[in-house]
Amino acid sequence: MSVSITFNNIVKKYGDNTVIPSLSMGIRQGEFFTLLGPSGCGKTTLLRMIAGFNSIEGGEIFFNDQLINNKPPQHRNIGMVFQNYAVFPHLTVEKNVAFGLENRKVSKQEIKQRVDRMLDVVQISNFRNRLPENLSGGQQQRVALARAIVIEPDVLLMDEPLSNLDAKLRVEMRNAIREIQRKVGITTVYVTHDQEEAMAVSDRIAVMKLGEIQHIGTPQNIYHRPANVFVASFIGRTNILDRTCVVKDGKTILQLTDHYFIEMDNITVTKNDNKIPVKVSIRPEEFMFSRTEEGMSGTVISNMFLGLNTHYFVELETGEQVEIIQESSMEKILEPGTEVKLMVKKEKINVFDGETEKSITKGVINDAKS
Amino acid sequence: MMPNHKNRDIWSVITIAILILYAIILIFPLFTILKESVVGGESGQFSLEYFAKFFSKKYYYGTLFNSLKVTLSVTILSAIIAIPLAYIMTTVKIKGSGFLQGLIVISMMSPPFIGAYSWILLLGRNGAITNFLKDTFNITTPDIYGFTGIVLVLTLQLTPLIFLYLMGALKSIDNSLLEAAESMGCVGYKKIIKIVVPLLIPTLLSGALLVFMRALADFGTPMLIGEGYKTIPVLIFNEFISEMGGDDAFAAAISVIVIILALTVFLIQKYVSNRKAFSMNSLNPIQAKKEKGWKNFWAHFYVYLYVALAFLPQLYVMYTAFLKTSGRIFVKGYSLDSFKMAYERGGDAIANTFMIGFSALALVILLAILIAYVTVRRRNSMTNLLDIIAMIPYIVPGSVLGIALLLSFNKPPILLSGTAFIMIIAFVIRRLPYTIRSSAANVLQISPSIEEASMSLGASNFKTFFKITLPMMLPGVISGAILSWVTIISELSTSILLYTARTKTMTVAIYSEVIRGNYGTAAALSTILSVVTIVSLIIFFKLTGKKDVSI
Repeated sequence: MSVSITFNNIVKKYGDNTVIPSLSMGIRQGEFFTLLGPSGCGKTTLLRMIAGFNSIEGGEIFFNDQLINNKPPQHRNIGMVFQNYAVFPHLTVEKNVAFGLENRKVSKQEIKQRVDRMLDVVQISNFRNRLPENLSGGQQQRVALARAIVIEPDVLLMDEPLSNLDAKLRVEMRNAIREIQRKVGITTVYVTHDQEEAMAVSDRIAVMKLGEIQHIGTPQNIYHRPANVFVASFIGRTNILDRTCVVKDGKTILQLTDHYFIEMDNITVTKNDNKIPVKVSIRPEEFMFSRTEEGMSGTVISNMFLGLNTHYFVELETGEQVEIIQESSMEKILEPGTEVKLMVKKEKINVFDGETEKSITKGVINDAKS
Repeated sequence: MMPNHKNRDIWSVITIAILILYAIILIFPLFTILKESVVGGESGQFSLEYFAKFFSKKYYYGTLFNSLKVTLSVTILSAIIAIPLAYIMTTVKIKGSGFLQGLIVISMMSPPFIGAYSWILLLGRNGAITNFLKDTFNITTPDIYGFTGIVLVLTLQLTPLIFLYLMGALKSIDNSLLEAAESMGCVGYKKIIKIVVPLLIPTLLSGALLVFMRALADFGTPMLIGEGYKTIPVLIFNEFISEMGGDDAFAAAISVIVIILALTVFLIQKYVSNRKAFSMNSLNPIQAKKEKGWKNFWAHFYVYLYVALAFLPQLYVMYTAFLKTSGRIFVKGYSLDSFKMAYERGGDAIANTFMIGFSALALVILLAILIAYVTVRRRNSMTNLLDIIAMIPYIVPGSVLGIALLLSFNKPPILLSGTAFIMIIAFVIRRLPYTIRSSAANVLQISPSIEEASMSLGASNFKTFFKITLPMMLPGVISGAILSWVTIISELSTSILLYTARTKTMTVAIYSEVIRGNYGTAAALSTILSVVTIVSLIIFFKLTGKKDVSI
C-alpha cells in the first residue's frame, strides 16, 4: 500500500554535468506532493529517479524503509502518468487498463472486476472498447490515470500530465485528479511548471531551482510566506524593491521612500544597525491607493481593465515600475498620467535579507532540509 | 539508461551476433575483393598491375567516362523533369492525380531493363514506331541504341525517385512562406526560383544521390540497349564472366574503382547537404488549386505526357505478350502461346523467384526489426558501428557485391556459390539498408514513454518489446517489406552473376529470353512480373492508405 518516500543526499549527473548536486527531503504517506519549478530545474529528472528510469549517481531513495536505488522500474510497484499519456495505441481502453494487472498474478475474473471499477471511477466505461485514436485528449488522460491506479501502486507519479490539454479541460482534469487521488489515498508525486495548477491540487509543494529545493510547504504558506526571493517571484506575481530597514528603540522600521516608513513587527533582524539592506516583496494586490497624503508617490503609466480586477503600472518617485491589481469598482479607472499615493498592506508583504535573499519575515514554514 | 543489467545483455548479444553475421557476409567479401585487386597474378605479391591495366587502355577506362556521362546526365535530367512535375502536382488540381501518382510509383518499381526492352520494341531497329513512321511517312527515327537509349530509359525510370522525394518536401513547405513572398511582390517564376527551389535543395540533393547510385550500378539497361556503349557494370560483368575464362582479379580491381567513385560522390553529397540542411514544419501545407485556361492545359499536358512516356512502353510490352508469334517474330493475331512458352521455359524461374524472394524477405524483416530497434533505442558505440556497416551496401553496386560473394564463398569452409542461399544473402544485404531506414523511422515515432509506461506497469523489457514496441512497429515494417519484396523480385545485376540453372529467377529468365530474341516469351514473363509487382503495390497502397512510397 501507500508508502512514504525519503531522499538522502540524492545526486544526479549526466556525464560531467551535475543536474542535482545533493537533495534531501521526505514525502509523507498518502499526500499529494508537487515538484514545481521552471524548466531545467531537475523536477522531471527527480521524478524519473523515483520511477527508476534514471540512474541514481549518489545518495539513497527509500520507499518506507526499503532502499530502492537498484530496483528496476518493473519491481518498484509504481503507477506513472506521462506528459504525452503514453496510452498504447494498438490496445483498446479496456486492454490498456488491464495491461498492468496481466503482468501480476491476478485472476482473469479479478482483472475484469478491478478494470470495471476503475473505468467507472475515471468515467470512461462507455469507451471501453475504443482504440485510443478515437478518444479526446482528456479521455486519453483518464485512461492513462486509470491504467496507473488500477494496479494499486505504492506511489503514483505524474509528469506534467495536463500540459497537453487546453485551458478549460486542464481545470476540469485537475479537479478530477485531485478527487480521485483523495478517494484512493495513494502517495502521489506530481511534476508541473504551472504554479496555479500546483496550488490547486497539492497538499505540499516543493519549489525547485537548478536541482536544489528552495521551499517545501503548503500552497498557502508558499504563497504568503515564501522562503526566499526566488520563491516569492516564481509563485504568483510580485514586485521586488531594494530598500533598507532601520532598528530604532527596539522597533524595526522599513523605509519604503524618504517620506513613507512603516513599522514592521514581524521581521527578525540580527544586526542592530542603522541601515540594513533588504529586498521587499510586495504582490500587486498588496498595494492600496491612498486617499490621504500618506504613501509612496507615483504616476500611472498604463491601465488594463480585466473585469474582476483592474491592473495598473505605476512609476514610483524612485523611478521603479510596479504592478498593482485592484478589485474593479464603479469608480472611473485611473488614466495614465494620474498622480497617486501608494500604501502597502504591511501584514502581507515579505522582507528578505538583501544579500542572502532569504526571508527574515516571521511565519515561514519550510520543510526543506538545508 | 536502463538499470537492468540482465536484459541489457540480451540486446548486446543480439547486436554482437548481427555484427558477426555482417563481418562474414559483407565485410569479409569486400576485403576479399580488395585483396584480389592488389595481389599480382604471377608474383602473388602486392601489386597495382590490374589498376595499371585498367588505366592503360581506352577500351577499359573509357567505360568509366561512359558511366560518369550517363550517370550525371540521368541525374540532372531526372531533377529537371521531376521539379516541375512535383510542383505542378502539388499546386494545381490535376484530374486523376491519385491514380497518376500510383502509375508513377509502378513505373519506378518495375525493373529498368524491361523499360529498355520496351523502348527497343517501340523505337528499335524493328520497333513498332520505327516501322510505322518509315512505312507511312518515310521518316527515319534517330538511333535509340547507345548513350541516348540508356539515358532515356534510366531517366524515365529514376525521375519518380526524385519526384517522390520532392512531393514529400513540398508537403512540408508551409503555404504562408509562399504567401509571405507574394505579399512582398515575389510572384510567378520568380517565386519558384527564389523561394520554392531553394527550400527543396536539401531534398533534391538526397534524391539525386539515390538516382546517381542507381544509375551508376544499373547493369540491365546498358547491356540491352547500350550495344557498343559500355558502362562499368557491363565491363565488370564481361571481365568476370568472359567466355574465354574471366579474369577475377581484374574484375575485382574495377569493382574497387567503382566503390571508390561511389564513396567519393556519397561523401561529397553528405558534406554539401550537411551545410545546406534545415528543418521545416508545416502547419498549413500548400493546397492544390483549380487553374483555368492555358495554365491548366499546360499543367495537365506536362503531367500526362510524362506519365504516358513512363508507363505506356510497359503497357506495350504487356500487349505484345498476347500477340501470336512465329519463331522469334510477332505475327498477326492474338494467342496465349507466349504464356505457354513462358511457363514451359520459365516455370522454374517463377517458382524460384517466389521461393528465394520470400526467404530473403523473411530475413530482411527479422534483421531490419532488430537492427532498427537497437540502433534507435540502445545507442552505444556497438550499435553505432552496426548502423554504419548496415549502410555500406548503399554505395556498393549489385554486380560488385555479386563478385565479392562469389570470390569469397567459392571454396570450403564456406562453399555457397551456385546455391540459392548465396542469392538470398545477396538480396538481404542489398535490401537491408532501405528497410532498416524505414523501420528506424518507425521506431523513432514511438515515444520512449510508451515503453516506460509498459515497464512501470510491471512488464519485463522483453515482454515490453514483444507486446508493445513490436506491434506498434509492425504496420510500418510490413509496408516496408512489401516494397522490399517488389525490389527483390525485380533485381537483376546481382542475380545475373549468382544464378545457376537451378536458381534462375524471373528477371534472369526475361533477360536471357530478350538476349536470345525470344520476344514473345520475354514479354509474357515480363507481364507476369509486372502483374505481381502491381498487385503487391496495390496491396501496399490499400494497407497504408498512402499514395506514395518511401524508398
